Parts: sequence; structure tokens; C-alpha cells
Amino acid sequence: MIAFILRRIAQAIAVLLTVSLIAFSLFRFVGDPVNQMVGQDTTVEQRAAIRQELGLNDPIALQFGRFVWKAAQFDFGISYLNKQKVSKLIAERFPATMELALVSALFALFAGIPMGVYAGLRPHSWLTKLFQTVSLVGISLPTFLIGILLIFIFPVTLGVLKSFGRQGVVDLGWWSTSFLTVAGWSSIILPAITLGLFQMTLIMRLVRSEMMEVLRTDYIKFARARGLTSRAINFGHALKNTMIPVITITGLQIGSIIAFAIITETVFQWPGMGLMFLQAVQTVDIPIMSAYLLLVATLFVLINLIVDLLYVAVDPRIRISGRPA
Amino acid sequence: MNVKLSLLAAGLALALGAPLAPAHAQAPQGQTLRYAFQGNLNTLDPYGINETTTLALQGNVYEGLTKRDRDLKIIPGLAERWEILDGGLRWRFHLRRGVKFQGGEDFTADDVVFSASRVRADTSDLRSRIEANVEVVAVDSHTVDFKLKSPNPILHYEWDTWYIMSKKWAEANNAVAPSAPAATTPGYAVLNANGTGPFRIAAHQIGVRTVFEKNPAWWGKVEHNLQQVIFTPITSAPTRVAALLSGEVDVIDPVPLQDIPRINASPNARVMEGPELRTIFLQMDQRRDELTGSSVKGKNPFKDLRVRMAFYQAIDMEAIRRQVMRGAATPSALLISPLLFERSGQFQRHPFSLDAANKLLDDAGYPRVGGATGTRFELTMDCPNDRYVNDGAICQAVTAMLARIGIKINLQAVPRAQFFAKVLASGGFNTSFYLLGWTPGSFDSWNVLQNLIRCRDDTGSGGRGATNLGGYCNPRVDALTDQILVEADAAKRLDLITQAYKIVHEEISHIPLHQQALAWGVSRNVELVQRADNQFLFHWVNKR
Repeated sequence: MIAFILRRIAQAIAVLLTVSLIAFSLFRFVGDPVNQMVGQDTTVEQRAAIRQELGLNDPIALQFGRFVWKAAQFDFGISYLNKQKVSKLIAERFPATMELALVSALFALFAGIPMGVYAGLRPHSWLTKLFQTVSLVGISLPTFLIGILLIFIFPVTLGVLKSFGRQGVVDLGWWSTSFLTVAGWSSIILPAITLGLFQMTLIMRLVRSEMMEVLRTDYIKFARARGLTSRAINFGHALKNTMIPVITITGLQIGSIIAFAIITETVFQWPGMGLMFLQAVQTVDIPIMSAYLLLVATLFVLINLIVDLLYVAVDPRIRISGRPA
Repeated sequence: MNVKLSLLAAGLALALGAPLAPAHAQAPQGQTLRYAFQGNLNTLDPYGINETTTLALQGNVYEGLTKRDRDLKIIPGLAERWEILDGGLRWRFHLRRGVKFQGGEDFTADDVVFSASRVRADTSDLRSRIEANVEVVAVDSHTVDFKLKSPNPILHYEWDTWYIMSKKWAEANNAVAPSAPAATTPGYAVLNANGTGPFRIAAHQIGVRTVFEKNPAWWGKVEHNLQQVIFTPITSAPTRVAALLSGEVDVIDPVPLQDIPRINASPNARVMEGPELRTIFLQMDQRRDELTGSSVKGKNPFKDLRVRMAFYQAIDMEAIRRQVMRGAATPSALLISPLLFERSGQFQRHPFSLDAANKLLDDAGYPRVGGATGTRFELTMDCPNDRYVNDGAICQAVTAMLARIGIKINLQAVPRAQFFAKVLASGGFNTSFYLLGWTPGSFDSWNVLQNLIRCRDDTGSGGRGATNLGGYCNPRVDALTDQILVEADAAKRLDLITQAYKIVHEEISHIPLHQQALAWGVSRNVELVQRADNQFLFHWVNKR
């Protein structure tokens, strides 16, 4: 077990190094940060001096080495544009993204599972067909369009909920939350639905097909033969067995919810890490870009590590095959 | 009954998610203005970046020695009056008495001297506000002299955005110089402000929101009725428009042109349009011996006036104004707005004529290959697609128009970060044909001549021609530019400027297109002043 964990950690570090190396080689094509840092009257000489001072004239390998060396000490530098510590800026934005991801994941679960169960149990009802249509929309429409559509329907036409920002924020010192106020909830609902719609669809379709699969199995037939109530069969036996792949998928999707929050955060001006990343791309704020990419890569690696470890804990067969032959 | 009703209403409002009091700061009594802009307020340090919106937002908190009124005329600010002595070599400013910084410090001549050295520090982005060789001396506690090496009639033209900072405050907070580009510690003045202006900062989170509140101790006559202003950046244009239409914000800037009718049709908002100072133009590389990214080898067609004139006359500016800009543009014959140059009426755009353009190209020796609809030559055009109003669409229109005279354009429309990296000095002025916009920071022609028109010094020394990316060069214009800098007689100066513009107009140094229009979305219960420099100042806002 310990050897397994050590091996995974070594792999994780390799992944992180690769991600930051790729990111670093891409930064050259994003543009010139200096032009975003100064106004139009700044002379050519002054711009050149700034480039030199930032170390942008150094070879990429040297810049990368410097970044890794500092990152290993948890120093992500100072934002080019606003001269604040990148780690502090990201820490400020972290709660907004995490709360948005949490609410949208819960929305996806609590809407997706019942819809999937219903669709699995009554595959021919008109409500099932409606769910299927909605889920098709959820999968095929791009996120930003869904967001704009929701904004048009709720705040603009009906005058309810918020179209932008994270309002009613309460600062707890180490965490800022929008869960404690009505304004906070009314501003998180639309972005959370937008972000969670795809996951909800995924879960609904997964639950539906698993449910239909399980209902065909012998032990359900035996259960029926034993005269159990359909409630006990559907929820006690069938749903329980359906949930295993759903939990796996949900776990794996949390990483992508955080990473793909970029678009939703931009549409709703949600002040999370994704929005900050996009702004950093537009202004070529390399310290923020590199720190964010590293953070997201770390989150993915961590989640996958935890999922793998849970498998080992849950399923003894993996443990056996994990042993050296 | 009434109580019941209002309780019901309150309950409903809660259920529908009516905003509760903001959690950060207790809302003061009175009016709150909510303002959304497409970009961020990245720094509160007034010498951090020379960028219009940043300076405008800071200008609610900080003030300069002079100000500009609604029509951009220079008026007294922290200086009550000033006089020009020694034949233009010494400017004496008499400072306003009884002014206090928001931190409580008295405003004195020391602060002006300090601000003059801070704004010229190596790490300042506003060094152009005062020439390096100008000596700033405190005569007494409320008089300051500016000693010049040569006369400069426009010394104070940019001073409405040269904000005066408190010496004591800066020294106490380790902010004597603006943060260096490669700073390794956070800058204090980036997050904190201490001005003399009508508003002060109540809360500020970079990229999220900034709360301004009324400064009760301000020295001036209060013309607004606001207690608080909440500034939020909203990057996405549809979201910005939706926030205005749903009444969540009172002012948005900018409004996408296609949304103007929709906002005007709504019951609670309207669009305020007005001319902007910025001029959008095209320029052709007239310097290289062979263009980059062109099918013409061994020579540069743009060195030939006939080719430049053909390009100019092939562009149907009226079609661009009507179709691309939806009427929100003023076609221009010059690189400066008519608001900033009183004799602009003397200049007319060269007429649009495909026949003339075709003939010019035939004469210049670039015949069509492959019959009457054939191509004369190919060329790469560089264009930003997120910097100016409909910039990418303008370039597409130009591409289509030039195709009609047999010029095949390979359009490279890219985000501004890539665009500027390629075409500015850091990219080696790597462009043959490009679109750019310019507002002279000083609101004066000399800035245009100096930056866009005079021969480019590639070392960039003194900023000479630094943004003359196409490398147009005429020593006569350079000589005029130098004269204009030091000519103190206003009428003579205007003559010199006119002469310079005549030359570049005839030689087609650039192809001026238009001044784009400002479009702000404003709630119907807000009155405000829209200044042509696109600065939105809160102390002219009244909210019903």
C-alpha cells in the first residue's frame, strides 16, 4: 500500500512538472506582458527595460527553472499587473470557485438522480421524454449560451435572481461565503445551474441506464418473486447498486467542474479563480496564469489519487493485482 | 391592512431574492450609484498605469493642480491660479489653502514637489506628465515654481490626471515610489488611496468590486447627490447589458453597438452616445525595402504615393460608418479629433473612388494578373479584435473593399495582447499594414505629431515616432514638430500645426478612418456628464 502511494506521488510530481513546462512554453504565444502593463506614452527604451527587469529576455528553460524553484517553496511571485502576491489573490478567489462548484455538484446530484430513477422506472412516460429532451439540450448547448439564456429569462424578463457577481458575501476571516444571505443565494443559483447542467445530464443518463440494467438482473426478479414491495426493490436494491458508478463519476467530475468554471464565471462575472485566470490571459499576467494552471493540475492529481486509493480500499481485487508478481 | 400588505410585500421581496444590505460595509444613507465597466481597476496607485479608465476612477479620489471641465477646458483644481513668468521659462502655481487629504494631512507645496518627483520616478508609467529636466521648487508653503529649460505652452495640458499624493502618507507607508515592474513585495498604494477628491475608497478588491463613498470634508462645491458608488467590472458584454436592463446596475460602459436599440426601447434605461476623442486609422509600412508578408518582392509598393492614395480612395468610409459602426462614428480626415484641433474643418477626406484607385494602381505598375477581376498583389494586414469598437469588423470591411481593386489581404485579426506584441517595438514593428486607434494624452496635436507621425527613432529615445509603426518619415514635418513644441504664441503655433497636417494629409502618411462614438448605458433615473475623453466622473452624477 505504501509503495503504491509513493509511486502515485512520484507520478503526480511528474504530471505537475509536465503541466507547468507545457504552460511555460505556451506563454510565449499569448503576447507581450509589458504592453499590457504600461500606457501608450511609455517609450520603447522604458518598455525594453521592463522586459529585461522581468527576466522575459532569459531563455525559456531558465525562466521555467526559476518558476519551479520558487513554486517548490510556495512562492508564486507578484502579479505583473497589480503588484499583489499571486498566492493571496488566488486565496481570495478560491472560496468563490469552491462554493460555486459545490452548489452545482449538489444541484447535479439532487436533480440528476431522481430524474434518472424516474426515467429508468418509467421509460415510456411523457415526463421521461421531457427529461430526455432537457438533458439533450444540456449536453448540446454551449455553457455560455445556457448562461445568457438563463440571465435573459430570470433577471431581465422575470426580474428575479441576479445576473452577475457574487453578492451578499460574508467574510469569516479565513473564508468568504455567500451561503448566509438571501442575496448570496440569489446570485449563486443561476451560475450553479449553468455549470451543473452538463453534470446533471450526465448523472441522469447514467442513473437511467444503470437502473434499467439492474432491473433486468436475476436478483431483482427473485426479489419480485419473493413478494417484496416495489418501493423496497426499486430503492433498496436497484438504486443502491446503481450508485457505485455514479459516485465514481461524480468524484472525477468535481475536478472538471472547477476547471471548466472559467466560462460560467466569465458569463456571470463570478469572482472566482477561473475569471481571474481569463483576465490574466487577456493581460498576459504570467505569474497568475502559471500559478492557476499548477493549482488546477494539483487538484486533478489529488482527486484522482484519492479515487484510486478509495478503489484500493473498497475493491480487494485491485490490491491483489497491485502486488509485485 | 396596510401593515399586512407591506409585510406581504417584504416577504415577497425576500423570496424573490431582493438584495440585503451589503455585508462588507454598512450602507450609508442616501443614494448609491452602481457602475459596471468592461475592464478592471487594477491599481489605485495614480502613477501605476497611464490608462483612461484607471485614471478616471482614481480621479474621483485624487485631484491634480488643474482640472478639466465638462467640455475639457482647463480649470483650477488644487491650484487656485497660475502665472507664466520669465518669458515662459517659469510657471508659478498658487495652491488652494485649507485642503486636507482624506487621511487628515494638510495639502502643501511639499506634496506637489514630492508628487512631481514620484511621477517622474523610474517605476512610474506617467513620466510624460512632466519633462525630466523641469525643476520643481516650493517657494512657500502654498506656492510652487516649475522651472523649464525651454518654453512649453502645453506644460499643464495633462495635469488633470497628474494626481497629487501626500508626501507624509507615502513615506509612512513605504510607497515613495510606484511599484517596480518586477516588484517582489506587494505595493501599498495599489490597494490604498489617500487623495483630496470628492470621494474616498471604502472597500477595494481587485477585479471584484470597489466601493467609493462621499468625502464629507471635500473643499469643492458638491454637484452630485451620491453617498456611495459601487464599481464592478463586468467583462462579458451580454451580461453587462442584462445587468442594466434588469436594474442591477445604473451605468454600463461600453454598450455593444448592436444592443443600442434594445436598451433605448427598454423602460428603465437609455444609451448616451457622444463623440470620443480617439481616432481609428490605418497605416502602411513605408520604411522597409520589402514588405513582410506580401507577394511583391524586391520593392515596397507603399513607398509610392500612388499606391497609398489608391488604398485610401478604395475605402468606402461611409459604408463603414453606416454598416460596421451602425452610425456611431464620425469619419475623419486627420489623426486628431475636431474637438482638439479647431482648424480641422479645412481638411477633407480624399474622395472614395474605385475608378481613381484602379487607375492609380495601373499607373504605379501593379496590373491585375488574370483579367479584369484578377489580383494585383497580396498583403498581410494586422488588426486587434478586442481593443476598439468593432475593430475586427472594420478590418474585414477594409479587406473586402481592397479586394475590389485587386488587392488580396490576408487578415490577421488577433487579441490585443498578441497584436501589440507583434506590431510594437518589442516585436520589431513587424507589420506591413495595420489598424490602430489613438487619443493624444495631452489633448493636443503635438502628441499626435510626436508619437504617430515624426520619423521613428528605433531606439525609442525620447519617444520620437515610437508609435509610427509604418515608419512614415519627412524631415520637414519633424522640423515643424520641434517648433510646435516650443512656440508660445497660440496663433503661430496653430499655423505650424496646420502646415504639418497639410503635408501628411497630402502624402498619405496614414489613412484616418473615424472617431468612434462613446456609448454608455444609463438608467433613466440617473443624470450624468459624458466627457469626450471617456472619463466618467462621479461628481457630476445625480440620481433620482
